[in-house]
Amino acid sequence: MATHARRHVLPGFKLSLGFTWTYVGLLVLIPLSSLFLKTFSLTWPQFWETVTAPRALAAYRLSFGASFAAALANVVFGLLVAWVLVRYRFPGRSFVESLVDLPFALPTAVAGLTLTTLFSSKGWYGQHLEALGFKVAYSSVGVAVALTFIGLPFVVRTVQPVLEDIDADVEEAAATLGATPTQTFTRVLFPAILPALLSGFTLAFARALGEYGSVVFISGNMPLRTEIVPLLIVTKLEQYDYAGATAIAVVMLVASFLLLLVVNVLQRWSHRRLEARPGA
Amino acid sequence: MRTHSWLFPLLLVAFVGCSKSGSEGSAPGAVTLLNVSYDPTRELYVDINAAFSKHWEATHQQKVTIKQSHGGSGKQARAVIDGLDADVVTLALAYDVDMLHDKASLIPEGWQKRLANNSAPYTSTIVFVVRKGNPKGIRDWDDLVRDGVTVITPNPKTSGGARWNYLAAWGHALRKPGGTEQSARAFVESLFRHVPVLDSGARGATTTFAERGLGDVLIAWENEAFLLTDEVGQERFEIVVPSTSIVAEPPVTVVDRNVDKRGTRAVAEAYLQFLYSEEGQRLVAKHHYRPRSQEVARKEGARFPKLTLFTIDEVFGGWRKAQSAHFDDGGVFDAIYVPQAR
Repeated sequence: MATHARRHVLPGFKLSLGFTWTYVGLLVLIPLSSLFLKTFSLTWPQFWETVTAPRALAAYRLSFGASFAAALANVVFGLLVAWVLVRYRFPGRSFVESLVDLPFALPTAVAGLTLTTLFSSKGWYGQHLEALGFKVAYSSVGVAVALTFIGLPFVVRTVQPVLEDIDADVEEAAATLGATPTQTFTRVLFPAILPALLSGFTLAFARALGEYGSVVFISGNMPLRTEIVPLLIVTKLEQYDYAGATAIAVVMLVASFLLLLVVNVLQRWSHRRLEARPGA
Repeated sequence: MRTHSWLFPLLLVAFVGCSKSGSEGSAPGAVTLLNVSYDPTRELYVDINAAFSKHWEATHQQKVTIKQSHGGSGKQARAVIDGLDADVVTLALAYDVDMLHDKASLIPEGWQKRLANNSAPYTSTIVFVVRKGNPKGIRDWDDLVRDGVTVITPNPKTSGGARWNYLAAWGHALRKPGGTEQSARAFVESLFRHVPVLDSGARGATTTFAERGLGDVLIAWENEAFLLTDEVGQERFEIVVPSTSIVAEPPVTVVDRNVDKRGTRAVAEAYLQFLYSEEGQRLVAKHHYRPRSQEVARKEGARFPKLTLFTIDEVFGGWRKAQSAHFDDGGVFDAIYVPQAR
């Protein structure tokens, strides 16, 4: 291989790296480490007691559980939405295309209020669902619904470009070689979009974990039942218990970071497997 | 130079960070005040500020502009502790103002003695709002814990207003014949078993009751109840005044450290005094808060029904005690929700 001077678009590696570290340091590292520092006013037993209180445990379960369910729902339905938007031309397509991004732009409190109005027992959806025996508003289901709403764009927007990259002839080729539609999907298409799906899932999941505005209206905020972790943190702050609030925040932070790390590793692994596939 | 090129962005950012403008000054001859208040006083202070500006300009030939900031009472207090340059605070409960002393020494210990009536120029009380015709026949506190009655009140952990609601219920149970700490606790416990949803703030609870149609009765501040029935729907809701309730005293104070720094003490103090003046008290009454002035109260008597009122000092020995016994982590309110198994 011929060696030649590598040219960079951005000036100077050292300059850009210096900038990167400064930027990330000021905006992410320092704020987050000050979060850890604030918990140091607690002794270890106090910290442990705060973060393992029954209410905190119930809140972790709800926050992680509902966020996971919401991200999973978005993976399934977000993939469908992305598929339809990429593969079909239909009237109103560009309208749907812009609708998808709306949850990004809408203030979450507005989303929460609107969803609560729809799903409460007097609302358009709620009155019928309640007749069928489903209680959505003021239950953990409601929490998951709100989190699904705010997470949808993440999956659609990460999967869409990948789907656009896969040419329809790949499917045709598979079909000519005798693959059934199911085989085409599981062997050809799915492996190609899996990394994108995983990162869409991660983004939606991470977004849902920190969500506050849309959830407090629809959850009903009942201790031990429908109380999310961000609300618990706000509750601590209302008592001027800064240390307690940051202790719980630190637990969330560590847990989320570990989870995101795992998903990132998974994503990298599936990416590598994809590239290693013969003929891919 | 080249080896240190990574330093450049660091220095740049540091420089930009330091040169943050600290000159939010006022034009000569004009003065601005910032009033940091809680949510439901927004309309009240729009009127008060206009009236006070006119009054100050007439008496001192100086233009005064008052900026308002509203939000949950506790959140507002934290903002001031963290450096929001409030000249005066007008919050929902004395405990939040106490924290300005405890957490940041912005005001002296005895701040509540500085103005008349515990530094609360207006009061309110806790009443019930029921649906038109009062279908469940709610007359007094004890009706709230009858079978089949659902009650809407916000979460005392996140809402200052909700803490007054809770204390009103406790005080009622404690003060009725034969009432003890145990019976009061039992009453409040059973009351919260009738609460299906805990909104994080008072306006949220009002929405849940009025717009979502949840619950048979809303426990609310009297001024909010008036607002709901007068302006949202007299044909949909009725106010029920219980036999006894608590005097809710939203206190006000000058934030000493800030007014001394900004040189606004004189006008800030005059602003708070204005709340006690005849004109201030009339505006207070107009916005459904109970005025302290006997004279104005007499004129408005019909609107503010008489009931037996008790203060937080009488029944709970002040806010600090009430807060630590009832609302801090591990307090009575938490115990209500601890799983029965524990």
